Amino acid sequence: MISVEHLTKRYGPHTAVNDVSFRCEPGTVTGFLGPNGAGKSTTMRMITGLTPPTGGTATVDGMPYRRLPNPGRRVGVLLDASAQHPGRTGRETLSLAAQVMGVDRGRVDKLLDLVGLDAKAGRKRVRQYSLGMRQRLGLAHALLGDPRVLILDEPANGLDPEGIFWMRTVLRDFADRGGTVLLSSHLLREVEAVADRLVVIGGGRVVADGTKDELLAGSGIRVRALEPEKLEWALTTAGVTTTRTADGAFVAQADAETVGRTAAAADLVLLELRPADGGGLEQLFLELTTNGAAKEAAR
Amino acid sequence: MTATATATPAIPTPHAATATRPSIGRLTLVELRKMTDTRAGFWLLAVTALAYAAVVVVTLIFADPPDLTFYGIFQATMLPAGVLLPVIGILAVTGEWTQRGALTTYTLVPERERVAAAKVLAGFALAAASVAAGLIFAAVGNAFGMTFFDGDGSWHMTAGALGSAVLFQLINMTMGVAFGMLLMNSALAIVLYFLLPTVWSVLTGMIDAIRSASDWLDLSVTSQPLVDNTMAGDGWAKLAASVGLWLVVPLIAGLVRLLRREVS
Repeated sequence: MISVEHLTKRYGPHTAVNDVSFRCEPGTVTGFLGPNGAGKSTTMRMITGLTPPTGGTATVDGMPYRRLPNPGRRVGVLLDASAQHPGRTGRETLSLAAQVMGVDRGRVDKLLDLVGLDAKAGRKRVRQYSLGMRQRLGLAHALLGDPRVLILDEPANGLDPEGIFWMRTVLRDFADRGGTVLLSSHLLREVEAVADRLVVIGGGRVVADGTKDELLAGSGIRVRALEPEKLEWALTTAGVTTTRTADGAFVAQADAETVGRTAAAADLVLLELRPADGGGLEQLFLELTTNGAAKEAAR
Repeated sequence: MTATATATPAIPTPHAATATRPSIGRLTLVELRKMTDTRAGFWLLAVTALAYAAVVVVTLIFADPPDLTFYGIFQATMLPAGVLLPVIGILAVTGEWTQRGALTTYTLVPERERVAAAKVLAGFALAAASVAAGLIFAAVGNAFGMTFFDGDGSWHMTAGALGSAVLFQLINMTMGVAFGMLLMNSALAIVLYFLLPTVWSVLTGMIDAIRSASDWLDLSVTSQPLVDNTMAGDGWAKLAASVGLWLVVPLIAGLVRLLRREVS
């Protein structure tokens, strides 16, 4: 379990993280979302004791990270896949970590195998690794101590679509076994597929925090019919707020049953009827990103 | 890679979790391994070994036969060790920052002072090993000297002389670690490690007002008796004073900087 309470980090006049609080429960994957520069990495570094917070506290399994006796056995951390000595081989990198944590040497090969790095890749120096391979090595490093908690900063960066799918499977599996996962991303789509909960951060503040269903709900029902004009007329007549999308479908602000019944009453053939894609959240996220980019440009 | 990537991996079953913190001995072994398992570390050690051999050969060829003794050759080997090993010490500390390993190191061991202690201890071990290697090279050299160069071939060496050599290497090595810890940048630390003491020596040689200070605060002057094994009188006090300035001060300042620094 990870508990973050009122974490704040100021650099001179600039506030990078502003009163951030959230919790990650065992058995769940929490997606930590925000545009680049929103304060995700700073928050994660404060949780792992690398950056001293200006205010607030963070605990892992009820203890500040820096007080954990052998943190690698409790918490798997991957903050930057490129932060490995390029002159060591992948295998040597894991062996060193195994030695520090007091983990059986045999696990090094198991983990290399698990993340899809074969013996040949293990013998290569990290310098020669692609970003995707570094991410895989980083995940192997995080899982090496058999932790109950994972903290991963942008782990999907540099992975191909297949690798991203694979990473999701690993993380889902980890959480389903009672593990706690906190993973950050600047792409909503990337974490939507795996996260149970979402914490959205922008400009150093938490702007949304809840289960994925909560945050993605309330954005309406997406509906498409054989005869779009008739559908629009029927819904509007029934008093349902309807907006037309670019591809000829509608987003109706009502539940699926109401929309379905309205269509049935008008003898319409429906081609699609489902919750709309995280409209509200997507909109919020887009605004954050745009504001962030504007600020970045103004600097 | 692609074949395994698509397979659903199984998270390995939990094993007996020992949540005790890693002992300082284990951390020292890890640091010692980190000093030697990179290409830079390997080549520095290889170059040191070559330098030992070169010094032995040069001594055999150019020294007068009466000077060809076990101790004489051993003393010669200690010079390249004293120059090259501190670079390994510097890189062991600065490499964490220039090669960004610090992120991993300090997430696995958040008590940074323990990592620092392990690095100093690993430096001690390497310094001791350099003396041991010097003894081996000197033994081989002395045997050759007796056989082929008509050398004196005396095997005499006092425990005090050995102790002085060990202390000399420990001081150099730890000074390297201290400089690395304070400056946190490989190039800067290596340059300043060699440049600052030299500049200081030159200055004290040129400016009369501070000339007497060099007796106490110029490490190359105060540690010379260690090299020659002629330590006597207030030599120890002078050595302690210059070690304080060149080793203890940067080590403490470096430790403070390390503990406060944000790792990213």
